[in-house]
Amino acid sequence: MTWRRRSPRSVTVTVCPDGPLLVRGADEVVDEAGVAHEVRRPCVALCRCGRSSLAPWCDGTHKVVTEEAAKRNW
Amino acid sequence: MRLPEPRGPITEALQSLRGVDVGLAVDQVTGAVDSHTSPLLDCDDAQLALWLLYELHYQGFDDVDPRAEWSPQVIAVRGHLERRFEAELRELTRVEVEKRLNIEEPIAERLFAMMSDDDSPRLAQYVQREITTTQLRELLVHRSVYHLKEADPHTWAVPRLRGRAKVALMEIQFDEYGAGRAGDMHSTLFAQTMTRCGLDSTYGAYVDVVPGYTLAASNAMSLFGLHRRLRGAAAGHLAAFEATSALPNRRYAAGVRRLGYGDEAARYFDEHVEADAVHEQVAVREMCGALVSDEPECEPDVLFGAATCLAIDGLAAGRLLDSWRGGRSALLRPMVELASG
Ligand code: FES
Ligand SMILES: [Fe+2]
Ligand SMILES: [Fe+2]
Repeated sequence: MTWRRRSPRSVTVTVCPDGPLLVRGADEVVDEAGVAHEVRRPCVALCRCGRSSLAPWCDGTHKVVTEEAAKRNW
Repeated sequence: MRLPEPRGPITEALQSLRGVDVGLAVDQVTGAVDSHTSPLLDCDDAQLALWLLYELHYQGFDDVDPRAEWSPQVIAVRGHLERRFEAELRELTRVEVEKRLNIEEPIAERLFAMMSDDDSPRLAQYVQREITTTQLRELLVHRSVYHLKEADPHTWAVPRLRGRAKVALMEIQFDEYGAGRAGDMHSTLFAQTMTRCGLDSTYGAYVDVVPGYTLAASNAMSLFGLHRRLRGAAAGHLAAFEATSALPNRRYAAGVRRLGYGDEAARYFDEHVEADAVHEQVAVREMCGALVSDEPECEPDVLFGAATCLAIDGLAAGRLLDSWRGGRSALLRPMVELASG
């Protein structure tokens, strides 16, 4: 039996308005500090708002525009 | 799992499912349904009846012949309950759906707006700051009705969608089912949380003590998933579910840690902060966006499904908080009684 390495997958990036970047096909994401984060799901969301507690991943915080909205929603 | 205990005339009439043949006295069940005049949405008996009829399509019952799943009498009875349940859900969400229909804005923006305008009681904040150990365990019991079969109801919609909407749904579901790792299935993670919190994670273990409003949340998903006609509602429901998850789950995880349960117990909630921040974008923008552009006739039901998710979850949140703030159990029998058997 033999194994072959497939040709490199293409990586696609989709911009979500007022939200994260959706990245598909990557094996890892390297952050600003040079730390590599393994991709363990078919699609990952990268934070663009700079407020995620799970950076480089989005954690939905971009929706909380103000303290007021936070209080109203949750 | 065995057939749950009856809680009224409808589930009483369904006890004959235990019999050797798959027969069911349709008139007896429909009669019991018709003589119940207040909303089925809030009826413990009717919601348990629907739940057990749907459950024949999921894991079934040890004491019910598996052929009952497609017995014409069973389907007739289920249809009778479903017609009224669906009519009630449509009425409950009518204003919200009409408000968002026929607006010149992408469906994704309208769905996100519906979610951010939602002013349901703040259950997640309560869980983070105030919930007691007993109440947390009650919450897990409520949530176990869906989370132990997490993703299954929306999976029914896969063959009913096409093209890009189907691809988007499959991407979400694959992740829900652990992205190829059985140990990472969301239902498995939830079972671990239950075990860590001293609960029985056996499928269906607590259904006898769960009130109708929580069964209704599960039943709405099954209703939408099992009817091709309602595929728009299935998609809209999933979109709303995913898009109201990441932020609350962060608060749930904090509540679990505040009570000293630790990382293993919190893992289910941690995972949902990260996963659902992805799923909400895929569900709202890609799945619902593609469905509405490819099959515009589904648009009203996408809004209907999303509004139903918010309305039922809001109802449940209100009931849970009312019970706990009033010093009462939110189960039909309190946890202490369950523990002492
Ligand atoms: S983009 Fe979602 S948290 Fe920053
Ligand atoms: Fe999940
Ligand atoms: Fe999810």
